Amino acid sequence: MANSALRTTPLHGVHRAAGARLVDFAGWKMPLHYGSQIEEHHAVRRAAGMFDVSHMRVVDLVGEGARLLLAHALANDIGKIATPGRALYSCMLNERGGVVDDLIAYFLDDGAFRLVVNAGTADKDVAWLRQLAATRAPRLTLIERTDLALVAVQGPEARAKAWTAFPGLVPAVEGLRPFSAAFFRDWFVSRTGYTGEDGYEMMIPGPHAQAAWSALERVGVKPCGLGARDTLRLEAGMNLYGQDLDEDTSPLESGVAWTVDTSSERDFVGRAALAARPPERALRGLVLLDAGVLRAHQTVKTAHGDGETTSGSFSPTLGRSIALARLPAAVSPGDDVTVEVRGRTLAARVVRHPFVRHGRSRVDSFLPPTSTPGAAP
Amino acid sequence: MTTKTPAELKYTESHEWVRLESDGTAVVGITDFAQEALGDIVFVEFPVVGRKVKAGDTVGVVESVKAASDIYAPLAGEIVAVNDGLTDAWEGINKDAYGAWLFKMKPADRSEADKLLDAATYAKGAGAAA
Repeated sequence: MANSALRTTPLHGVHRAAGARLVDFAGWKMPLHYGSQIEEHHAVRRAAGMFDVSHMRVVDLVGEGARLLLAHALANDIGKIATPGRALYSCMLNERGGVVDDLIAYFLDDGAFRLVVNAGTADKDVAWLRQLAATRAPRLTLIERTDLALVAVQGPEARAKAWTAFPGLVPAVEGLRPFSAAFFRDWFVSRTGYTGEDGYEMMIPGPHAQAAWSALERVGVKPCGLGARDTLRLEAGMNLYGQDLDEDTSPLESGVAWTVDTSSERDFVGRAALAARPPERALRGLVLLDAGVLRAHQTVKTAHGDGETTSGSFSPTLGRSIALARLPAAVSPGDDVTVEVRGRTLAARVVRHPFVRHGRSRVDSFLPPTSTPGAAP
Repeated sequence: MTTKTPAELKYTESHEWVRLESDGTAVVGITDFAQEALGDIVFVEFPVVGRKVKAGDTVGVVESVKAASDIYAPLAGEIVAVNDGLTDAWEGINKDAYGAWLFKMKPADRSEADKLLDAATYAKGAGAAA
């Protein structure tokens, strides 16, 4: 695709001026890093970093039938969020029980909801929702909020730094609990993220985005690219759509069974297909014991048959490589497996993920105590 | 982004640099352009010392946080040393791509090095690829 065809966010000029390495991501020209991906990763684990994620699509569902539609379209139960500002993570399934997308839904008020969906799937998602709405909620309006920029501020110091940068924001957001959000004038700020750290995701009118970014940078929030975002989410054990989740794979085999709510008789898309096909595989964490780097789509040999990595990278926090892998369900955390890495057979251990939460390794008990190759200083 | 291309070295289209030493060996690393494109390097799979290779053979892998990239033998010959000093200090390649050599080889025919790219030609090609 020619660069001219790529879309840019309201922060594009800021990224260019900062010398970011820009890459094509889902049709958008986005910063991969601003110098060192690993330094950006550590900034989020140790202090505060920020990401331009304006390529993600915000979709507001306004009018009669929004809750009804989402109760049908989402595998998680939208009924769990009854208070304005509450958020819910869910997969949206197709009739085959595969995942159309994973998203966060917010209950706004007056029966309205806001969805934040992935950039690469946004058009497909909106078309799918409109199709479902045509019969289930014909009076519903879907509004694609392409007027909004999205900035994620993440890290142990993220909230405090955001309060320093935007003192006026404090009363609206300081009491927010995890997975809840509040309006502040025309900003919408949620205590959510994709890094395993505390922080906010801020939806800001596009024309305000540069000033907001600069204000955060002035108080010491480090600009971070999508590269660090990927290693942070992988350490946090969070799925990436298109790698760990896809249209042909059940959420029950993707580590997100906890988000599929079958506690009531609710009729949601894909439910019958899931019931007809019990999971045979499970998404597990792998830590590489040998030196090397795991990547997606490598074959994993286990005592119960073969599996495949879905995401893999180097973990800057652990100082070794980690992966998510779809393995036969009988494989358990603690088991030893091997991974075929570019013609070599490397030893890895199955672990219970997330690998890292709030700056700390969660997998040390699975690992040999003496071997920490390249451990982060 | 401008990257360095020292004039005294030879280059390959696959982004290795080569320095011919007076003792008959050739020192090989990856170029500044290559390290810049790869991003933070976190592992190198070195060739086995003693291995005899043809020019263009895959002899190792450089792994960055982002991607894996093969290393190719720039010349035919034998691998005689690898830079173990880089182990767990891989960022040295990002900091100084021309100081952080990866392996040394004994070329079968030193004159083959004449076919490698000079700095100006390599810089032009790498610029076009960027």
